[in-house]
Amino acid sequence: MTQVSMTVNGKAASGQVEGRTLLSSFLRDELKLTGTHVGCDTSQCGACVVHVDGIAVKSCTMLAAEADGADVSTIEGQANADGSLNVIQQAFQDHHGLQCGFCTPGMVMSAAALLKDNPKPSEQEVRDYLEGNICRCTGYHNIVKAIMAASGQDVGAIAAE
Amino acid sequence: MYNFDFEKPESVADAIAALQGEEAQALGGGQTLIPTLKQRLASPSTLVSLKGIAEMQGVCMGDDGSVCIGGATNHATVAAEAGAYPALADTAAHIGDPAVRNRGTIGGSLANNDPSACYPAAALGSGATIVTNARQIAADDYFQGMFTTALDEGEIITEVRFPVPEKANYQKFVQPASRFALVGVYVAKYADGVRVAITGASNDGVFRWAEAEAALSANFSASALDGLSLSGDDMISDLHGTGEYRAHLCAVMTKRAVAAA
Repeated sequence: MTQVSMTVNGKAASGQVEGRTLLSSFLRDELKLTGTHVGCDTSQCGACVVHVDGIAVKSCTMLAAEADGADVSTIEGQANADGSLNVIQQAFQDHHGLQCGFCTPGMVMSAAALLKDNPKPSEQEVRDYLEGNICRCTGYHNIVKAIMAASGQDVGAIAAE
Repeated sequence: MYNFDFEKPESVADAIAALQGEEAQALGGGQTLIPTLKQRLASPSTLVSLKGIAEMQGVCMGDDGSVCIGGATNHATVAAEAGAYPALADTAAHIGDPAVRNRGTIGGSLANNDPSACYPAAALGSGATIVTNARQIAADDYFQGMFTTALDEGEIITEVRFPVPEKANYQKFVQPASRFALVGVYVAKYADGVRVAITGASNDGVFRWAEAEAALSANFSASALDGLSLSGDDMISDLHGTGEYRAHLCAVMTKRAVAAA
């Protein structure tokens, strides 16, 4: 067992981990931050996306030990300081960007990473960026719409498919 | 996953020392190795992360005009910073998905030499030089069959040097579930000839299509490939496509790459 320390959602966090402990396991089992979901555990579905030092990664495919010293953000750290939903979360609610909701934490984290680098993406750019986030309800249309709305763009013209 | 010890050295020398241990294995971005460990297809005693080695990070220009990429550089960084070789940057920008590109490394991809990976086609198609802690290996000597390379035990890729061609393009026919190439063709036109490297198709891993190279060196146009074909006999055959189908795709994707270069 080795000691790891990191900043998670702005707070210091540390714990003992095995070499094989995944970042997703550390977040969920050790820190009890169960908002990060593990859907496939094979790095395909993207439900476990978190930000490590500002970039989106699949936390089920990164060792906790690799995040030692890193600044980690999860879905639990996305709300505004007063507890209200942030712009992306609010847009998901407004546009019903979810059905069962299982993939939503990863979708929101991927959307946040996209909008940080590309504040006004085209619809195609949003769809391309979500290539590694799978919604098995196939609710993509409203997810894309929510992200477009969160970027401040008019979504009236996005037709249902 | 079986358990293992984890080490994160900060220099190539320390990494090589750590890899001397019995059953020690290098870890790049882990986007293939961690899923492999989960399936218990590998059971190293120690994983040596190469991510903490500053000298293996980043993209720079070599004195001879080549684009040099540190072995631990992730795909997103290559996509963003290898603008001096646009086809290479574009190839990196379409590997896997965004989160995978933020972790996966060029050294990890080339060391694994998955028969359907993109980087082997880029490296072989560009006649790149694979630089390790011990030596320099020409791409033509480096790839030795599916999941097999010229690397020795404990040898790591510290840098990959790509000579920049006059024109180049990579065309990937995506296998939609895995996002690996069902067939991917990398075409690069250099002053001394054209190179064509194909991934995803052969049971022997990435390979050069000599006949197409000769035709394109004489006349760099898609029509120069009319009538050329590969045999599907020794190609990968699975539920996603027969060998014959992949052989057909090789010719189609080569033409598309030439047209887009």
